[in-house]
Amino acid sequence: MAPLLEIKSLKTHFATDDGIVQAVDGVDITIDKGETLCVVGESGCGKTVTAMSILKLIAMPPGRIVEGEILFQGRDLVQLTSSELDDVRAKEIGFIFQEPMTSLNPVLTIGEQIAESLRRHEGLSRKDALLRTVEMLKLVQIPNAEARVHDYPHQFSGGMRQRVVIAMALACKPKLVIADEPTTALDVTIQAQILDLLQDMKERFGMAVMLITHAMGVVAETAQRVAVMYAGKIVEEAGVDRLFAHPGHPYTQGLIRSIPRIDLDSKHRGRLETIGGSVPILINPAPGCRFAPRCRYAMSICTEAEPALREIAPGHRMACHLGEAP
Amino acid sequence: MRQYILRRLLIAGPSLLGISLVLFTVLALAPGDPFSDLATNPNVPPEVALALRAKFGLDDPVYLRYLHWLAAMAHGDWGFSFVSRVNVDTLILQRLPTTLYVIGSSQLLALLIAIPIGVYAATRPYSLFDQIANTFAFIGFSLPTFFTGILFILIFSIKLDWLPFVYSTDISGTGLARLGEEIRQAIMPVMVLALFQAASLTRFVRSAMLDVIRLDYVTTARAKGLGQRRVIITHVMRNAMIPVVTLIALQIPAVFGGAIVTEQIFRIPGIGSLLISSILSNDTPVVMAVTFVFACLVVFFNLVADVLYGWLDPRISLR
Repeated sequence: MAPLLEIKSLKTHFATDDGIVQAVDGVDITIDKGETLCVVGESGCGKTVTAMSILKLIAMPPGRIVEGEILFQGRDLVQLTSSELDDVRAKEIGFIFQEPMTSLNPVLTIGEQIAESLRRHEGLSRKDALLRTVEMLKLVQIPNAEARVHDYPHQFSGGMRQRVVIAMALACKPKLVIADEPTTALDVTIQAQILDLLQDMKERFGMAVMLITHAMGVVAETAQRVAVMYAGKIVEEAGVDRLFAHPGHPYTQGLIRSIPRIDLDSKHRGRLETIGGSVPILINPAPGCRFAPRCRYAMSICTEAEPALREIAPGHRMACHLGEAP
Repeated sequence: MRQYILRRLLIAGPSLLGISLVLFTVLALAPGDPFSDLATNPNVPPEVALALRAKFGLDDPVYLRYLHWLAAMAHGDWGFSFVSRVNVDTLILQRLPTTLYVIGSSQLLALLIAIPIGVYAATRPYSLFDQIANTFAFIGFSLPTFFTGILFILIFSIKLDWLPFVYSTDISGTGLARLGEEIRQAIMPVMVLALFQAASLTRFVRSAMLDVIRLDYVTTARAKGLGQRRVIITHVMRNAMIPVVTLIALQIPAVFGGAIVTEQIFRIPGIGSLLISSILSNDTPVVMAVTFVFACLVVFFNLVADVLYGWLDPRISLR
């Protein structure tokens, strides 16, 4: 069966005064129907740009999709104009943003903001759209939905706003939802509620989810498959159990070691590990593996040749020279 | 919302009172009053002049004179113009409609020019359209109205002979012909004021739009597939208009100030030229009344701006 979404060697670059930033530089991602894929990586590794490129939500210019295909149900979204994409946005692919405090328009009621996509894509009348909106608000568990549909965003707390954003993204029952760090701006207890809600919605509507996060804990809880991104490239991709059990790439290993362990007793608990150094600047990157300067296993080949993404076990791919046949 | 408007109205009263006190004091401190000519007029005996001064209370302390003025105003008595020999309120009512007509149309025209151009320029920043709009805006507000006014007269009245350069109040004819003439003679002053206003407004609208266009909720709106037009109008413009309303309200006093100059150039019998002539002839009651009318208009437009705010931004009216 053909995958729902297939991103092939996507390159999104940004023109800046200092040069071309290669924010996304050859990313391959596939998502099957009804699947949850987590994209993990630290800030600035290109997760958000990858997600925004799918619906062309990056500012163009300075951004530009230089190369690659984004096949959604067999159709290449890169070739579509912005107005052609409008039929895909929200209707086929919903988007949940990171910051619930700023991702809602302060001067429109939440009802108006949810209803406008229903009216655009499903051609509903004002009255029917309102009914569907209230229904959606109930689904995302906003208490007293009939009254609150007429409230403005500033009358909601952060967690409630994120529920509104989710209701908005799911209103037209898209086949794929892209959630860009949906819990990062929320406090821990609310985070768990929002993740549960997402999971619940996914089961109810049978949609696929692309969840972008930097928290390995979130990955372990929600994902079926995981793609690890580093400096604009996918460095490893595997099923979630496989990845946590046999992380192949040194960067993935580092990420997993940096999760606080509460399952070990205090004798075995040492200082939390970190990955030294920081993300490289993506203007004219040096040849070779981009992680090499921070890698504890770096060899001479690592600074000379770029490792290709290769299958090391069924369904487990990795881009690293370690364990390569000489 | 109703409570919000009511609160704004309650604030307007005391501010007008404060303004009138300041205006009155400043005018009282200025040299000259309607009877200062009498002292030098050899035909008027000094005791008559003194008696007249005493009768009108011109030598009373300032606070007493202010209270007199206030009490009279409260009864609807605006005073008497000693120069024109008519009541001040009739004088003002004769002149005010012309000024409001000219200023109102020019503000309206300025908005009609500035908003579409500013919005369109902001949707494609640094494009050719944007560059041209910016250049014209820059030229527009670098040229003062007294310069463009004279330039217009030179081109359209003297060289081309299309438009009259003196504004006349007694236009002959009736019906459409008369209306056409009214409009024709207002074209130049309205254009001069409107272009000047539009120039700075365009730049302001553009930058306000650019500030909003980058915000997260605009990306959210785009992600809903609403289309560029709807995103710009409902999501960007509505938010960008909030600072624009502030600017327009703050500029209203300057607009009236600018209109005084324009009225002089085109000989418009408006309230501004009344102010100038009454200052020159020491007609204090008229000066006081005209400045007070200006103050009322400014306070009124601020009130309108506050109401517009509440309508544009629900966070303000609910607080």
